[in-house]
Amino acid sequence: MSYALLFISIVLINNFVLAKFLGLCPFIGVSRRRPEAMGMGYAVIFVMAMASAVTWAAYFYLLAPTKANVFYRIMGEGRTPADFDFTYLQTIVFILVIATLVQLVEMFLMKMVPALYKSLGIYLPLITTNCAVLGVALLNIKDFSRLSPAESFFRTVLQGLGGGVGFLLVLFLMSGIRERLDRAEVPPALKGVPIAFICAALMALAFMGFLGLVK
Amino acid sequence: MFKEFKKGVFAENPVLVLLLGLCPTLAISVKVVNAIGMGAAATFVLICSNVLVSAAGRFIPAKIRIPCYIVIIATFVTVVEMVMGAYTPELNEALGIFIPLIVVNCIILGRAEAFASRNGVVASALDGLGMGLGFTLVLTLIAFIREVTGSGTFLGIRLSGSFSPEGAVAPASVMIMAPGAFVVIALIIGAIQWRRAAKLKRPV
Repeated sequence: MSYALLFISIVLINNFVLAKFLGLCPFIGVSRRRPEAMGMGYAVIFVMAMASAVTWAAYFYLLAPTKANVFYRIMGEGRTPADFDFTYLQTIVFILVIATLVQLVEMFLMKMVPALYKSLGIYLPLITTNCAVLGVALLNIKDFSRLSPAESFFRTVLQGLGGGVGFLLVLFLMSGIRERLDRAEVPPALKGVPIAFICAALMALAFMGFLGLVK
Repeated sequence: MFKEFKKGVFAENPVLVLLLGLCPTLAISVKVVNAIGMGAAATFVLICSNVLVSAAGRFIPAKIRIPCYIVIIATFVTVVEMVMGAYTPELNEALGIFIPLIVVNCIILGRAEAFASRNGVVASALDGLGMGLGFTLVLTLIAFIREVTGSGTFLGIRLSGSFSPEGAVAPASVMIMAPGAFVVIALIIGAIQWRRAAKLKRPV
């Protein structure tokens, strides 16, 4: 599959929110007004792409039992790479790396780009617990860790970026729908979250139509 | 003490009332077996992390408490991951990345921060048990509706020959796909809102 097709399939067909159920909390929580939704979406693209790259490096150089493993290089005399298999620490290492990364991005933006920090700042702390970010890191390892290093790195970053773009797209559409819903006549029992979920169901149904795009 | 346990199941149900932990709820609830497995895993992590956070609370500096909680939770999630990988490989395969994603399940971090850090060990354990049970019940309910209507089975057993892909009435396979999950949870939350409104209107 070419990279363009891979990107399309990540954004539209295997959309993180509507097909994989990742990142639902912000999807329901901050989709009430459009500017908020866009701010959150941009922040997520940024963090997901960076987190993909950084967790890939952490996996490849620290955890995986390969010849590139840093511990194998330093202490590997007379041992095989398999002695340095730390993949069971994956979950803990990834979440710490992501939390640190988000904190660093926040500090960097606050110092260097205050204007951007003002618009994204409040969403950044929330992103640590956005399961789409940890989810994309875990999926990258699951999907691509058997490929050659260069290939897997490239696909990893592409999946991070595509996942973020898909999230922004869905969040943007959803916020538009919900702004309209505020003025619509909704049965009282379904007001608020339930009707948002029903709209999400219809969107998921529509997105299933993209299945024919890549085959 | 008992009310700490009860509130998680009903009045403060983490999924339906507090709207936490939606991702695993919708993604996993295709089969009842998966739902029970996921619920058990999350309950175990909730109880253990609640107990440890409440016991170690005074030694954790306030400024870095969130990263500390995350490390505690991630440790127990790794325990669950390894146990499930060893003893229930099929379930582990079906739940996929949603087992490690328990780390970022807002229910667990939320309870550590909002309850366990300010209450005693026993109360925290009960709170964890109640919240975990509430989570499991909702998961099982959604999975039950989706499995029965979507694949015509319950716990993998076919309900009736005529309600099957080959029979007279085919199950609605849209229910086991993504849209079905959204519709089911929308209707359940809607039903709760409807009941709450009806209760308020009723003269006392």
